[in-house]
Amino acid sequence: MRRPSPKTTQRLAMVYIWSGGFITVMILLVIIGYVVINGIPELSIEFLTTPPRGGLSAEGGISTVIVSTIYLVGLTMVILVPVGILSAIYLAEYAPDNRLTRLIRYGVETLAGIPSIIFGLFGYALFVTVLSFNFSILSGALTLVCLLLPTMIRTTEEAIKSVPYSHREAALALGTTRWQMISRVVLPTAVPGIVTAVILCVGRAIEETACLYVTLGSSAGMPTSLLDGGRTLSLHVFYLAMETNAPEKAMATGAVLIITIIVINAITNWFSARFQRKMKGVS
Amino acid sequence: MSRYFTDRLAKYTVLICATTSFVILLAIAIFIFKEGFPAFQEIGVFDFIFGDVWRPGQGQYGILTMIVGSIVVTVGSLLLAVPLGIACAILLAEVAPYRVRRILRPAVELLVGIPSVVYGLVGMIILVPAIRQIGGTGFSVLAASIVLMAMVLPTIISISEDSIRAVPPTYKEGSLALGATQWQTIRKVILPAAKSGIGASIVLGMGRAIGETMAMIMVIGNSIRLPLSPLDSARTLTGNIAVEISYATGIHEDALFATGVVLFIFIMILNSIAIIVLKRGRHAPTVT
Amino acid sequence: MLKNKKWLIVPFSIILAAILIISGCGSSSDSITEAGSTTVQPVLELIADKYMGEYPDVNIVVQGGGSSAGVKSVSEGTVDIGAASRELKSSEQGLGLVEHVLAKDGIAIAAHPSQSISGLTAEQVVAIFSGEITNWSEVGGADEAIHVVAREEGSGTRDAFEELVMGDALIIDGATLLPSNAAVRTAVSNDPDAIGFLSMGYVTGDVKALDIDGVAATIENARNGSYPVVRPLLLLTKGEPEGVVKEFIDYCLSSEGQDVVADEGYIRID
Repeated sequence: MRRPSPKTTQRLAMVYIWSGGFITVMILLVIIGYVVINGIPELSIEFLTTPPRGGLSAEGGISTVIVSTIYLVGLTMVILVPVGILSAIYLAEYAPDNRLTRLIRYGVETLAGIPSIIFGLFGYALFVTVLSFNFSILSGALTLVCLLLPTMIRTTEEAIKSVPYSHREAALALGTTRWQMISRVVLPTAVPGIVTAVILCVGRAIEETACLYVTLGSSAGMPTSLLDGGRTLSLHVFYLAMETNAPEKAMATGAVLIITIIVINAITNWFSARFQRKMKGVS
Repeated sequence: MSRYFTDRLAKYTVLICATTSFVILLAIAIFIFKEGFPAFQEIGVFDFIFGDVWRPGQGQYGILTMIVGSIVVTVGSLLLAVPLGIACAILLAEVAPYRVRRILRPAVELLVGIPSVVYGLVGMIILVPAIRQIGGTGFSVLAASIVLMAMVLPTIISISEDSIRAVPPTYKEGSLALGATQWQTIRKVILPAAKSGIGASIVLGMGRAIGETMAMIMVIGNSIRLPLSPLDSARTLTGNIAVEISYATGIHEDALFATGVVLFIFIMILNSIAIIVLKRGRHAPTVT
Repeated sequence: MLKNKKWLIVPFSIILAAILIISGCGSSSDSITEAGSTTVQPVLELIADKYMGEYPDVNIVVQGGGSSAGVKSVSEGTVDIGAASRELKSSEQGLGLVEHVLAKDGIAIAAHPSQSISGLTAEQVVAIFSGEITNWSEVGGADEAIHVVAREEGSGTRDAFEELVMGDALIIDGATLLPSNAAVRTAVSNDPDAIGFLSMGYVTGDVKALDIDGVAATIENARNGSYPVVRPLLLLTKGEPEGVVKEFIDYCLSSEGQDVVADEGYIRID
């Protein structure tokens, strides 16, 4: 059998490689396109401001869902950001190369790989049942904090680590304590990077479903307190898809989700680029 | 408050915060094992893992069908995603001109950000009826694999691209100087050099695939049986947990936690493999 | 440092946290939470809306999850009212739950509207769902494989179906399992070869309810007993209900609540 010439294989390979890229873009376009095109007609101010009617034809909008999402993400970030930043500070600035540090890093790495449903089980066992928070925004938020902690720590640690060493040396040379150096020099410099980390986590929180499915309950009402249940946008898409005959509403909610995520992505990229530029501008 | 006091205080505060990660990991492991243990005790580890009948109503708890379901769907998604992903990674790293890269890379990042429910939604509305035309109900392992492929693709692309880029340019230059075509260079020099990174990306993709829940529930049919053809419906370990946890009580609930234990162990093994593969790559001897 | 406006993030987030926590601690005393059967869910939502229209201070939250989830949640105190679309099982008897019968509901066997046959015998239903009969041609239809759609195990509708129809026979392993009546209806309405069971109250023009042993699946037949597959829709409380919960349940069982029941296609019990 004649072996094909290198030129032929080169051409075939190019076809293969370019179709790889082409198919990937096609997948993206199909998914986003389908959801956005089918969902936008349903979108209106009314859709965003009326509560879901429930029932099988899913009248109404998503106002309560939006509020629940904001509550949930807000509470999550309030807990996540301080704990995450402080942990990252420890790992970046304090941690000696000993067993404890390796244990902590192992904890962060492993936690990052655990699937969301397991966090859901954990949250269900601990927050919903043992601590009796029941299906509530509180349970959901605490579960989300556990889920997102590795992401927050990793990204923040990178931001802190990329502050040039000269900054630290300058501060210490002036006689500051370590904490003063961190809080007054390193952190403020790293703020855009930290903000990137925060926005990244917000984005991930909004798109999370599995762990919230078992800790938030399925109520579609307006939450009046942190102990009420609620639905996030992602969960609402799921319920609409599984329980109603109204794919357009699901598409519309999906469109809101996708647009939100695109905006968050764009903001993250902008902040991140700004941070890089800032770091590069300093010797 | 003297600044030295603040300094000491800060030191201990950050240490405590940092340990929370490990504490949470420990807590998860403890809770899940604790809740799942009675199930292992009563049902027996062997019967639980290898039993192929899951009917809690009849008191039978065997998760073999779901282990197979998870594995089949994961392998299926990788079979589709790896060739596609590597092609795209090569495109981004070696072949594409700047203008194409400027579109393609944000596109890949965007794919990462799409929530799993949206993948499931599109799968339900487009894929399932389409597969029904071929045969079966449409809710199938095939649909699940395609959906998972789309979700795993960006992971494989971005990590593979990074490792292809990390191959020292001298390798490439040497190969081209010897007269190899671009593809020959890629196939015989660059890809083998990037092997460990690509391998790690596959393992990470595998982890993401096994852990996916919601999109699976939407397109796989949740039937409790061994999928013998791609058109059969099935159930995944994750789907099993999510669908039944809200109403399971007693030994049934414990069995679901035990399912979580099995999943947990699977993932730990996968993660360890990923770390080993990545580490080996870093220590690979470089040729000067 | 103080000139750097970014530090405003700190006090801002503290204020935000305070707002969230304070609003979170605000107790919603007049609130009733319910969870459970997806069969009961839509009619209960409508009754709750009507009730909240008359008593705006009360906030009633209605969720789904399935009958077994409802039983579990109410017995664990996670919700105030649990809804079930079946009788309590013997294992659930000792939980201290009090039953209030909201309505009765038939279970319809539904197929795609394009399905040529109009009814089945009870034995055929059992054979189809247990997998003995696998092709529509065996019961008078086209030569197509039967796609069986069922509910997940926690469903009260499934339990009632298994008890009233299947007897000792088990539902086939390969059935597509879905988490709600609505999902079953959607699946059946989209697949010309599908067959499934769902609450009669959920039947719309999207699906075709089949006759059983010649008896049409209508509300009238369910009420007068000629249609065999009927089950109670229960509201469950842990112990006797008190306060707003009691008032709401009384309302559900009153003529105003029962009017809604009848409107939605269920059988009133007053």
